Amino acid sequence: MSLISEGAELRGPIDGQVLAEPSLATVGDYIALLKPRVMSLVVFTALVGLSVAPGSLHPVTAFTALLCIAVGAGASGALNMWFDADIDALMTRTARRPVPMGRVQPGEALAFGLTLSCFAVVVLGLLVNVLAAALLAFTIFFYVVVYTMWLKRSTPQNIVIGGAAGAFPPMIGWAAVTGSLSLEPILLFAIILMWTPPHFWALALYRTEDYARAGIPMLPVVAGEVSTRRHILLYTLIVVPLGIAPWPLGFAGVLYGATACVTGAIMVLLAWQVFRERRPVERAARHLFAFSILYLFLLFAVLLVERGWGGLIARIAA
Amino acid sequence: MTEPAKDDGVVLTEAQKRARRSRSIAIALSLAALVILFYAMTLVKGPMVLIRPM
Repeated sequence: MSLISEGAELRGPIDGQVLAEPSLATVGDYIALLKPRVMSLVVFTALVGLSVAPGSLHPVTAFTALLCIAVGAGASGALNMWFDADIDALMTRTARRPVPMGRVQPGEALAFGLTLSCFAVVVLGLLVNVLAAALLAFTIFFYVVVYTMWLKRSTPQNIVIGGAAGAFPPMIGWAAVTGSLSLEPILLFAIILMWTPPHFWALALYRTEDYARAGIPMLPVVAGEVSTRRHILLYTLIVVPLGIAPWPLGFAGVLYGATACVTGAIMVLLAWQVFRERRPVERAARHLFAFSILYLFLLFAVLLVERGWGGLIARIAA
Repeated sequence: MTEPAKDDGVVLTEAQKRARRSRSIAIALSLAALVILFYAMTLVKGPMVLIRPM
């Protein structure tokens, strides 16, 4: 039985404080808080890290590790939506999220995110290993506190540093198998870290008004289009060699090398078009944004097929 | 003389009841999944379940 009656102003027993209406949030709203599309990319990159790592892991343990990483990523998304509800309401892209729409109360999103974060980290630590759990805890902390609460609203370099949060999952997957870290997962981390700025700045180029309205100091808002286009080209020229690096370093084979070279060349071409195209910059930016997703997916998918798939099947068979 | 209205406490609307029921089912399923996961992992690890490597 609740403390409130329909139609009346809802007040609590202590000092008559006003209470929230009974929640109308559905399961779908709570799933939306987990940012399922972001979660799917996190799970995929973690799967690659887990598959290419040397050593063996029981399939049930591997599933548990991926589940914990997915839930941890979802919890970060819920905490992000709790903190950013004010600016989400001002942006076209995010205005229909559950918290700004009023379907989920901010306190519910906070409780949901904190509960899932604790569960994900504790279960990963208990059932897999402590290093993977510590990395997951740091990733959640980095995304929520360092990126969402601090960098996002204070510096145009928000996405450069904050991108680290999205780059950790392959390292967590690797750590889940080996209980340690080495150059290979750090290289995967670096690829995603350097991929993030051109990806999000391409989006920001055609969503500049949205970000400006919300007061987020994204690079196009603060430094302008010309500077952003130059930065996009610069970071693309960094990420493409990094993307190719696993091949000459012996972490990947010819198929990966060929894929990284061809898709990397297309990335540079699209970034050059963004750099050169004065008007309309939106079309070139949209092309780069869309292709950058395919680029990262292809790099990791080929690595999974070439390095991880055989090992993964062997582990399951064993 | 009219009697004061009896306070029935909370009266949820049908939409609120449906939402609450769907959330309750989701929580129950999640807890059941967690139980199955812990059971499966205990079978997989055996006595090693108490050893937590780095």
